Amino acid sequence: MRRLFFLIVLVFLVSNNSYAVSYNSDPKIFITELVDDAIKTLNDKSLTQAEKNKAIEKIALENVDIRALSMYTLGNFRKTIEKGKLQKYQELFEKYFLKSLTSRLTDYSSKKFKVIDAKQKNAKYTIVHSKISESSSQPEIKIDWRVYTKDPLKPLIRDLIVEGLSLARTQKEEFASILNSNNNDINVLFSKLEEFISN
Amino acid sequence: MRSKKLHIFVYSILFVALSVNANAQAEKECFEKASRGIFKFNQGFDNAILKPTAKLYNKLPEPVKNGAGNFTSNIATLLSIPNHLLQGEIKSAGHATGSFLINTTVGVLGLANPAGAIGLSSQKEDLGQTLGSYGVGGGCYFVLPILGPTTVRDSIGMFGDNLIDPFARITWHEKEIKSISGSKMDYIGVKATSAVDFRGDNMTNFESLEKNSLDFYAATKSLYLQNRDKKINNSSDSDDDDWGNLDK
Repeated sequence: MRRLFFLIVLVFLVSNNSYAVSYNSDPKIFITELVDDAIKTLNDKSLTQAEKNKAIEKIALENVDIRALSMYTLGNFRKTIEKGKLQKYQELFEKYFLKSLTSRLTDYSSKKFKVIDAKQKNAKYTIVHSKISESSSQPEIKIDWRVYTKDPLKPLIRDLIVEGLSLARTQKEEFASILNSNNNDINVLFSKLEEFISN
Repeated sequence: MRSKKLHIFVYSILFVALSVNANAQAEKECFEKASRGIFKFNQGFDNAILKPTAKLYNKLPEPVKNGAGNFTSNIATLLSIPNHLLQGEIKSAGHATGSFLINTTVGVLGLANPAGAIGLSSQKEDLGQTLGSYGVGGGCYFVLPILGPTTVRDSIGMFGDNLIDPFARITWHEKEIKSISGSKMDYIGVKATSAVDFRGDNMTNFESLEKNSLDFYAATKSLYLQNRDKKINNSSDSDDDDWGNLDK
């Protein structure tokens, strides 16, 4: 009986891992493979929108450092926030991030994407330079990816820099504005995040 | 009259230089409530006029759109040249001058961009950027009706631009330079076309940003200030020390 249980667990683990998408650990190839995969998923006509969203969320959960991003976007407030509230914030942030990421990727999924090169800034960060080619509706867009490479075997995305403008920094300043104009009441930020998630 | 304007301008520059901490981030708001109100008004203006016009503009044949974009960019080069010089960027000033001369002549009044094809590109520069390159901080942030986000430094720069820009002198100030003359309507027409061209190019970007923002006003402010920093430093790197603090 016990053997059977272990066998079932083993089969589950193996089959579950076979669905996990793993990309190359070289930051440049990592971004190329990941974006190709995301675009392919979003343009796959055999999938429903819900299935597409789920697949994108899975890719993001495995390859974006959402926890670090949530801490970064909280700015200095992360040093003083209560533990329980921080946990609630991180849970809400993850849902908010996944929803906004899927929406943003869907907006740009029909565009032609190309990785140009990668520049290692230090042991922890590599910036991968890429571009979305010019189309009739918009000029060429330069996109840089801040890839966290502390674990060289498992790179993680921490920021997207569109034409020199950091999305993480924009998010951080947006959250700071909400907190500043509401006496640093984190509950207001929670309500705004919840409102976005439920819409 | 001209001397009076110059006096006001010079005093304004001194005011900015003295009152604004050179290293200060332009994050403080002058009058946030009023700015948020004006921002809402600008959104209404965008929804009612600018966005629909830009949508129609995007339906124009590609050569017409490219021609309009090239034409307004070529005219903007006239303002970039003195600002490159004021920033000591002699090479860039040379490139901008070459670009303007080639595009105006070979490119038929700037409708085509043959200068770009031979590698002569012109980067847009204004007096706000020039002041920024001298170390003048932005000062507080506010929003102007129709014209949008700005800072104390950039709004004074905008006023100064209107005085040093040869195109503005010919059109807005109706001064004749080398037998070339124009009217205020020419100035407004070119600026409006430039705004529509920019809005048309950024249709997806604006929609995506608005849809995914918790506070669209704050997101726009952040992007405006980041963009100005990037232009002043002539750099596309986005560095924030806070990333380094995360692992401590």
